[in-house]
Amino acid sequence: MRLSYPANIRIIKVPCTGRVAIIHLLKAFEKGADGVFVAGCLEGDCHYQSGNLRAKKRVAYVRHLLTSIGVNPERLAMYNLSAGMGPRFAEIAREMTEKVRALGPFLQPSTRAVELAESRVA
Amino acid sequence: MKVTITPSKLEKILAAGHLAVTSECGPPRHGSPEVIEKKANLIGDYVDAINVTDNQTAVVRQCSLAACIRIKLMGLEPVLQMVTRDRNRIALQSDLLGATSYGIHNVLCLTGDHQRFGDHASGSNVFDMDSTRLLQTVKMMRDEGRLLSGHEMHEGRPQMFIGAAENPFADPFEIRVMRLAKKVKAGAQFIQTQCIYNMPKFKLWMKLLREEGLHEKVAILAGLTPMKNVGMAKYMKNRVPGMDVPDDIIKRLAGVPKEKQADEGIQICLEQIEELKQEEGIRGFHIMAIEWEEKVPEIVDRAGLYPRPSIN
Amino acid sequence: MIMAKAKPLEEILSYLEEFHRILVLGCNGCVAVCEAGGMKEAEVLASALRIQAMQTGKRREIHELSLTRQCDKEYLAELKDKLDGYDAVLSLACGAGVQFMAEMYGEKPIFPGVDTCFIGVTEEQGVWTERCQACGQCILASTGGICPIMRCAKRMLNGPCGGSEKGKCEISVLVGRDVDCGWHLIFERLKKLGQLSKFAEPALDKDWTLSRDGGPRLITREDVKP
Repeated sequence: MRLSYPANIRIIKVPCTGRVAIIHLLKAFEKGADGVFVAGCLEGDCHYQSGNLRAKKRVAYVRHLLTSIGVNPERLAMYNLSAGMGPRFAEIAREMTEKVRALGPFLQPSTRAVELAESRVA
Repeated sequence: MKVTITPSKLEKILAAGHLAVTSECGPPRHGSPEVIEKKANLIGDYVDAINVTDNQTAVVRQCSLAACIRIKLMGLEPVLQMVTRDRNRIALQSDLLGATSYGIHNVLCLTGDHQRFGDHASGSNVFDMDSTRLLQTVKMMRDEGRLLSGHEMHEGRPQMFIGAAENPFADPFEIRVMRLAKKVKAGAQFIQTQCIYNMPKFKLWMKLLREEGLHEKVAILAGLTPMKNVGMAKYMKNRVPGMDVPDDIIKRLAGVPKEKQADEGIQICLEQIEELKQEEGIRGFHIMAIEWEEKVPEIVDRAGLYPRPSIN
Repeated sequence: MIMAKAKPLEEILSYLEEFHRILVLGCNGCVAVCEAGGMKEAEVLASALRIQAMQTGKRREIHELSLTRQCDKEYLAELKDKLDGYDAVLSLACGAGVQFMAEMYGEKPIFPGVDTCFIGVTEEQGVWTERCQACGQCILASTGGICPIMRCAKRMLNGPCGGSEKGKCEISVLVGRDVDCGWHLIFERLKKLGQLSKFAEPALDKDWTLSRDGGPRLITREDVKP
């Protein structure tokens, strides 16, 4: 539809959000994401019956986990929309970007620099 | 006149064919002696024996044994309630020997409410034995003069009149009579039932146990607790497992102004006594007026059960 | 299987405060079955710990590994020489595995990452319930295959007590969920099997020496020893 949404979004496609495991959500943060959102089909419309419901539970679990390690759980969110809802996707992308931007970078710039430096050496 | 095997006054009264009356004293949550003395004095003349509860509902109170000794020294007849929740076989037998040394001749063997009900819910429980096993233990100590280990007592053998509790209102109803039979086999000579509100169900239980001839093997004392108010009735109906309070009791209490509810509760209790006097196999009444011991004399008197028969 | 559940992350973090090179060691035995400490859980936990370190600017190296079991020396032996790079190990095995690790690699602090709860079964995915208390002398033959030591909250041998209501244990009102009355279950089972006569006899005494009360226990089979 050629709608515009922020360029900072990195999309990872999955056949169903039920495929998204807890470790994937955590790895995203480990690898430097400032925020993560899971976009699944509308509840009741899952092509695979209840994949999006499993995703919902996993997202809730990881939000709770993030809280216990001192990370603001708002950095992770689940949204539901249908494949045809292009404008809604753009809207979500903007909404999430604004929210995360307001929370600030996930890592402090100094920590980020050290991490990047270390990963280059390794 | 039946033959008695212990010096128990309660046993003698039952053997003489009288309707027995027992009640209970709840010990205080501290170590002062006056409470038990006061309660025992209040009801002593109106009952044949006084039960002392054993950390009822798993709430720490002055121990039953100490209170029973006090009651005995006052010249009254105590019934030592023992739960198996807090003491193992060593402590239970030990307490029985201690009770024997003070001439206590009645014991009520119970398993006990789960400790999670009480104020020390994080404590461990014991349950080395259950009530049936405790019945067997007391019987063995009395009749064979032996401890569970086989050790023979050459003197000071417990001379206990042995009791147990039964709840005709707990599930499954089908086995309640079988369970009673098992307790009788294990040594129970008298039973104090859970407090009765559902008369039809109670009478059904009585009918079934009569069919097994159990009413001739064990003395059933009907448990009664007068309701203080409709709040108490609702609480017992909804929050106490194993308690059966029919709606019409609640309706009856609710239909009366608040200041009259206590009197209505006593009236219900008296009606129950009259009805149960006619029930074959009922050999007496166990009145549990929890924290309302002062009403016991009135209930016993108005029920036509005062004065209590004297027994040598 | 032995069922466990993950310890709260806050508690785990408190154990690991002063350590910088940590190995999160899963176990593919029982704790994997109850999804508390298998490889999957080790990965998630290690990732969470790394994120926490990154966030707080801590310099930490956290790796994860999982062994077939931690209660057999041959599997623990696979770690020989591999632990040099770590200053602490967080073992996700049950209490037995954690202790065995500590016995073999005692120079390193070994911390437990799960709370070991009971011997039980998988009722359905995500729900595990207790079945056995390892009393050392199984009486299931006389109770229709249902254990009164474990399933009766008062471990009565001549149950049920007077608090059994509609097939539920009296503690149900306290714990906020329905707990089956073990003796009600036994009664239904014996009835089905036509063995209700077993109810009539007072049960035999229980010898607790064979259970925890007798002290730490041991089983040997001379015929299988090398």
